[in-house]
Amino acid sequence: MNWIADFVRPKVTKVTVKEEDIADNLWIKCPVCGKMLFSKELKKSMYVCTECGHHLRLFVDKRLKLLFDGAYEEISLPTPKEDPLKFKDSKKYIDRLRSYRKTTGHNDAIRVAHGEIGGIPCVVAAMDFAFMGGSMGMAVGEGIVKAAELSARNNYPLIIVTASGGARMQEGILSLMQMARTTAAINQVKEKGIPYISILTDPTTGGVSASFAMLGDIHIAEKGCIIGFAGARVIEQTIREKLPEGFQRAEYLLEHGMVDIVVTRSEMKETLVKVISILTHKKPAISRPLLENPTSA
Amino acid sequence: MNQTNTLILDFEKNIVEIEAKIEGLKLLAQNEDVDISQETQRLKQKLERQMRQTYANLTPWQKLQVSRHPQRPHCLDYINSLVEDFTPLSGDRFFGDDEAMIGGIGRFRDMSVVVIGQEKGHDLESRMKYNFGMAKPEGYRKAQRLMGMAEKFNMPVIAFVDTDGAFPGIDAEARGQAEAIASSIEKCLQVKTPIVSIVIGMGGSGGAIAIATANRILMLENSIYSVISPEGCASILWRSVDKVQEATEALRLTAQDLRRFGVIDEIIKEPLGGAHRNPAQMIEKVGDCIAKHLRELKNFSGEELKKQRTAKFLAMGRNLPDN
Repeated sequence: MNWIADFVRPKVTKVTVKEEDIADNLWIKCPVCGKMLFSKELKKSMYVCTECGHHLRLFVDKRLKLLFDGAYEEISLPTPKEDPLKFKDSKKYIDRLRSYRKTTGHNDAIRVAHGEIGGIPCVVAAMDFAFMGGSMGMAVGEGIVKAAELSARNNYPLIIVTASGGARMQEGILSLMQMARTTAAINQVKEKGIPYISILTDPTTGGVSASFAMLGDIHIAEKGCIIGFAGARVIEQTIREKLPEGFQRAEYLLEHGMVDIVVTRSEMKETLVKVISILTHKKPAISRPLLENPTSA
Repeated sequence: MNQTNTLILDFEKNIVEIEAKIEGLKLLAQNEDVDISQETQRLKQKLERQMRQTYANLTPWQKLQVSRHPQRPHCLDYINSLVEDFTPLSGDRFFGDDEAMIGGIGRFRDMSVVVIGQEKGHDLESRMKYNFGMAKPEGYRKAQRLMGMAEKFNMPVIAFVDTDGAFPGIDAEARGQAEAIASSIEKCLQVKTPIVSIVIGMGGSGGAIAIATANRILMLENSIYSVISPEGCASILWRSVDKVQEATEALRLTAQDLRRFGVIDEIIKEPLGGAHRNPAQMIEKVGDCIAKHLRELKNFSGEELKKQRTAKFLAMGRNLPDN
């Protein structure tokens, strides 16, 4: 054995599904600039690369903490019929579901909570990309329906944070129907004159972008996130052309009139407070610092 | 029907063989003085038996082939036969017109109606013209404009769904394909007038539901309605397009599956041997079925129709059968 074979490479890990699983002394590589980031620092910066300002995907728990003033209450969601198609590809869908539940500790790709944001009681539904790519099946649809019901019943502004590759193929047509179902649900909020704010994060594509994500009174997108209907690969294969620089990024959508505001993660909360307080004719009460260590991204 | 240019599906070979024999006999009788009536009769019976047998037991994969058959009646075939004084209307008033999305006004069985639908085209030239039935944002915005017109002038909306999906392209994305589809679904839910959607061939994903969020959703017996094309599903989940048959089975995308899930309201039976064997009869049947549903929906106020639609989609999937 020489010294080369003996050499122990520093342990690098990809961001896993639960923050608790990430030890403080790990190195995480920024997927954009390649810089090695120390996990402890990354936790402080809300998963924004301290080198290039790239926004890594955020854990749902962190997201909820970032948006609410302090305490919030998560509501339990009904479980729809599981695996209605008895779907199986290389693995049974039911087994995939079970393994995602085990690793994430949650039932499906959405969490719904209510609490104060800038002192204004709000409902937040946040999608979890770590759970099967945030794909929308009946459970996600149910989450949006419940969030909309809670919002409409209490007159609370509705905020939906999207992070999804689109409809969940394993639930077939029933997933597709969630596009109409969620639209019907948020319509009931909108018709009551309650603000519905759509917060688009990386990525928001397919059946989610083509339903509730694009129907907000105000669309706030997180810097650099991918938003689009068709996947980039599908487009490339169909038209056989190279895609333009920055295609389907938040800034591209802003330029094309599809989102209202693009913000960094550190600006998200104050922007949200501003718009909901204005739309609800309330004066915001905001005191908490937005980030423990805001980056100048 | 003229069979010379017809696409022959794999499982239809036996049927086509008998059809060819009957044609052959007819030719023979024209040239020579022979009595073919008995033999023809026998063959015709055999043909019918064969068709019944084949078409009673189509697999999802075979249904997919039938749904894509080029001789199957398309959107404009239905409109031309069923809608009097059809007046095509053009444009979304923002950007342009989209030929993939047909839209216009006309008279269906003495009733003023708005008709929308995707047209796939029947040969290379017309397929290019209609962009293979794959609409861009301006198509969905045209549909929204016409749905608004339907409400204003108290006309029902008839929507013929036949698309592989919304067009995936740079221009479509730049103009907000996602927003256009989302708003189209929203418009469907909002209008205070009856909407009847009929999946006549392929109901492809978001591009289909954009005009199929209706009071009544009807499907032709051998049509398909799916969250993703079987090819797309195979390449993502199986990582190989060769697994398309498996994906077709797994997705449960036939009219019969959707009826069982409570997603659609009625299946319209196709003529023996599929819609492509007898388009005229198919179109008439579809017309009758639309008329029946419009008659039923006539009894409700605009507000009730809107409420029913919302309730229908909110409840969808909550009462699924136990396998």
